[in-house]
Amino acid sequence: MTLQEQGVPHGELDSAALLRPIGIFSASLRFVQKTLVIAELEARKLRHDPTELLTRAVQPALWLLVFGQVFASIRAIPTGDLSYLDYMAPGILAQSVLFISIFSGITVIWERDLGIVHKLLVSPTPRTALVLGKALSAGVRALSQAIIVYILSALLGVNINWNPLALLGVLLAVILGSAIFSTFSMIIACLVKTRERFMGIGQLLTMPLFFASNAIYPITIMPEWLKVLALINPLSYLVNVLRTLMLGQPVTPLLLVNLVVLFAVTAVLIAIGARLYPRLAV
Amino acid sequence: MTPILETHNLVRQFDDLVAVKNLNITVEAGTVFGLLGPNGAGKSTAIKMLTTLLPPTAGDAIIAGLSITRHAAQIRRLIGYVPQMLSADGTLTGYENLLIMAKLYDLPGQEREARVREALAFMGLDGAADQLVRTYSGGMIRRLEIAQSMLHRPAVLFLDEPTVGLDPIARRAVWEHVQQLGREFGTTIFLTTHMMEEADNLCDHIVIMHLGEEVASGTPESLKASIGGDEVTLDDVFIHYSGSSLESGGSYRDTARTRRTARRVG
Ligand SMILES: Nc1ncnc2c1ncn2[C@@H]1O[C@H](COP(=O)(O)OP(=O)(O)OP(=O)(O)O)[C@@H](O)[C@H]1O
Ligand SMILES: [Mg+2]
Repeated sequence: MTLQEQGVPHGELDSAALLRPIGIFSASLRFVQKTLVIAELEARKLRHDPTELLTRAVQPALWLLVFGQVFASIRAIPTGDLSYLDYMAPGILAQSVLFISIFSGITVIWERDLGIVHKLLVSPTPRTALVLGKALSAGVRALSQAIIVYILSALLGVNINWNPLALLGVLLAVILGSAIFSTFSMIIACLVKTRERFMGIGQLLTMPLFFASNAIYPITIMPEWLKVLALINPLSYLVNVLRTLMLGQPVTPLLLVNLVVLFAVTAVLIAIGARLYPRLAV
Repeated sequence: MTPILETHNLVRQFDDLVAVKNLNITVEAGTVFGLLGPNGAGKSTAIKMLTTLLPPTAGDAIIAGLSITRHAAQIRRLIGYVPQMLSADGTLTGYENLLIMAKLYDLPGQEREARVREALAFMGLDGAADQLVRTYSGGMIRRLEIAQSMLHRPAVLFLDEPTVGLDPIARRAVWEHVQQLGREFGTTIFLTTHMMEEADNLCDHIVIMHLGEEVASGTPESLKASIGGDEVTLDDVFIHYSGSSLESGGSYRDTARTRRTARRVG
């Protein structure tokens, strides 16, 4: 029997043990475990109430069916040797990743009002794991969108590349993309802290992020000022990756550059988020 | 007796407002300690500093030999915390709420299941384990939260107004469970309340705060004796020390928060 089991309160002994540094390997293992527990937490919530995923399917369906069909028939947008529908499908996937992630920060405001954030922060969970776990769970929700866009695209006759490696790449890109936008959203939530202000800023950002990207038209036809915005918009890099992999375009070093940009942006945002998240408890 | 918690001139300032002023308190291991005070006295702010949620503006506190400013990460393994708000996750079941916490505290696989089941039984929640917490009553949520905070057998358990908004029966159930925790696991309990009956019933030692400062300290009996007279209740002590003006402290914000919690409970 340990001291604790006998009901003896912790003494200096336990405290001293806690101060001993743990190895880098156990530390990393713990970090990964904690990240997955946070993702599990969100996944369990989703399992109890999956209706959101279904209602979320309506928007990409409308874009592909209405907007896509109309613009494909009038041939107003130059898309090289791709049909407009082919060109647009990966863009709509990127769009649904953006839309499902960009408001996810509202949940931390809820959790703050309820004191859930406080309990997570009092637990011995690294702040980075809390933020990364949330980002991952946003990725899971975004994957459900990817499935829907793939089904719709297949039905509409989009030239989908079914190569397993390409599918794996799309999976990775979707998770990275939603990690970026959900963490960005969480950062805003940590700064504004109230629902009203958060929703206002969210509304303000969503459409500009979407339109200042190459999701539904190429950067080449944009005015100069918009080109600049599109180039600093992570959504454009996500679209590039998705367009290459989903349609089986030739793989060039550019794909790697795009992926590296996505990874780098994710890492920076997670780091910022981990710094700001504890502020929610104040 | 050895102190398990000591604060040294603990201060927290929010802009111009000094929410906690030079707080020096000592809590003996295995006892129930009560921090009392009217709305806005600084009780929650003090608890947030002690639970590493809020960095102090000045001063320090030592819990089981560790400093809250220098060893925050380690202290988190030694303490449990139940916030003032009802904080169990309504979109998960009671069992899931416990399971996730057990995982966050690194309880190993086999032990985890046993602890979760034991905690459910201890708090009288086995029957409701698989229901969504959203369907629980306020008293059940509070008991679930205490169960959550005890899974890793903390040395010190912090309860911020554990019975606010509960009906008398639910309140009594919470009191009994808190006392039982102390007896069975030797847990030191640090609670805040503005319910004098609660403090009288549970606490071995009391500190009364008012506008951020300690204004009285002692056992419930000694405090009652200190203001003399027969039939003195802790209510009288409270009013005596926090001035006749119970309305002085507490902003709209505090009241709004308390009301919200009460509404969720009721
Ligand atoms: N994050 C914050 N920013 C600014 N002021 C704050 C903040 N948190 C608390 N305060 C202020 O500090 C003072 C102490 O608040 P605290 O919540 O600690 O009081 P309390 O004793 O817990 O009151 P209650 O009984 O209402 O819970 C109050 O005047 C409150 O408005
Ligand atoms: Mg309080």
